[in-house]
Amino acid sequence: MTAARNSRSILPGFGLSLGFTLAYLGLIVLVPLSAAFLRAAGMSVHDFVAAVASPRVMAAYRLSFGASLAAGFVNMVFGLIVAWVLVRYSFPGKRIVDALVDLPFALPTAVAGIALTSLYSTNGWVGRWLAPLGLRVAFTWTGVFVALTFIGLPFVVRTVQPVLQDLEPEVEEAASTLGANRLQAVTRILLPELMPSLLTGFALAFARALGEYGSVVFISGNMPMKTEIVPLLIITKLEQYDYNGATAIAVVMLVASFILLLLINLLQKWSRRYQPI
Amino acid sequence: MASATASALPRRTEPESLPRATRDPAWARWTLTAVALVFLAFFLVLPLVAVFGQAFSKGLGYYLASVSEPDALSAIRLTLLTVAIVVPANVAFGIAAAWAIAKFQFRGKSILTTLIDLPFAVSPVTSGLIYVLVFGAQGWFGPWLIAHNVRIIFAVPGIVLATAFVTFPFVARELIPLMQAQGTDEECSAVTLGANGWQTFWRVTLPNIRWGLFYGVILCNARAMGEFGAVSVVSGHIRGETNTMPLHVEILYNEYNITAAFAVASLLALLALATLVLKSAVEWRPMGGR
Repeated sequence: MTAARNSRSILPGFGLSLGFTLAYLGLIVLVPLSAAFLRAAGMSVHDFVAAVASPRVMAAYRLSFGASLAAGFVNMVFGLIVAWVLVRYSFPGKRIVDALVDLPFALPTAVAGIALTSLYSTNGWVGRWLAPLGLRVAFTWTGVFVALTFIGLPFVVRTVQPVLQDLEPEVEEAASTLGANRLQAVTRILLPELMPSLLTGFALAFARALGEYGSVVFISGNMPMKTEIVPLLIITKLEQYDYNGATAIAVVMLVASFILLLLINLLQKWSRRYQPI
Repeated sequence: MASATASALPRRTEPESLPRATRDPAWARWTLTAVALVFLAFFLVLPLVAVFGQAFSKGLGYYLASVSEPDALSAIRLTLLTVAIVVPANVAFGIAAAWAIAKFQFRGKSILTTLIDLPFAVSPVTSGLIYVLVFGAQGWFGPWLIAHNVRIIFAVPGIVLATAFVTFPFVARELIPLMQAQGTDEECSAVTLGANGWQTFWRVTLPNIRWGLFYGVILCNARAMGEFGAVSVVSGHIRGETNTMPLHVEILYNEYNITAAFAVASLLALLALATLVLKSAVEWRPMGGR
């Protein structure tokens, strides 16, 4: 990265601040991250494929991607409703509800994990009502899904909320004047307008869920081939001193999240396409 | 000026009375509000109530004993020590990065901004793993560290590094858009009037960014105290030595010491609630009150 300094700026501290930024970024983020890629590059293709495509790992991908997708969809639907209610309606305690939406960001994941497990185990407050219906949540796929829904909850709300707030009422008024009923105005005018932020929120929640560990390990039960998520598999390999195996899986997940990051950036560009500069 | 500086922080305003075309029928309003509140009650309120309910299920005496036994106290001390190192380091980085990116033009700026967000895209477990690959016994510097009797992995430095990684972007991503929106006019005036760089920063820039900085620090602090996955990989789980509060919760829980686990967890839940209160206080600040 060459730093061509803007000759017009009279402010001091460019060299110092950029130098410190690059040094800290390199030491904390880039060098350690490159260690994973270099370690994986040092493996033979055969070993790498064997490590990332064994049946147990494939089962973990299916669980992690499947449950994260499902949780993302649920959050997209309910996140839209929550954002809508928070922006458009007023009710007592709204400020508290609004603040509480960020709880999954603020609550340590291990705390969320044990709390959800105690709620949804068969003698828990919620689990005991579901058990007679034959529905087991803790230590099943559903448990993983519940934890990932919790952890992804704020993303859609917080991406949709500001867009919804900035929407001009004139658009809906025009639709109404031109004879659209309320449902048509919402589905044909508002939803397309909200789509980029909905998808961004979904992608953010999905990306977070893919890597999530703390809130899932307690409720999932961690049975190989059944309820073992990918991050747990990385830890299991590390505990068996299989550093190469752990790194190979981590690199697959890193590439997946970098692709998602790229998609999210494109989505955000798309969502700003109509905005005046 | 006020509108320019306000743009970076999320800000909420109460809806004014909406025009009729944007108003939903009453049945839709009630249904949607009910659906939203029931969803949030199940996923947010219930877990929170469960934490405190379980924590006090054996009475106040048991609760106090659980949070004041030596291993719990040592976990609290280690968590506070980690935060005391990580948060100032990330604040220094965030300010430096925002100063360079917001006040100067240089090539590669957008790449730099993307790289700063990178840790958010990395699984906590992977964040721990990469430090094991650098400093662990089998890692790059492992043999050298062992020869010189320096412990990083399964010791406090590893916990600090992994925590610094996962909380890396918080302050910077709060300050960069804020300082970009503020531009360089005020700083340039200060320099023109004879202030040196530090005077300009302390007297002009810092007062302008203090709320954004505070906001970033709150978020960084909450994540640093609560980080579990990354720390769990590098800590080694040595009781009384390398156990942070979340790891202590895990150990107690896995030993079926459920009530004690929830007692320590309730301290972290209080931290989360305090974080939300402070965060909303900053967001709801009156527009002119910076």
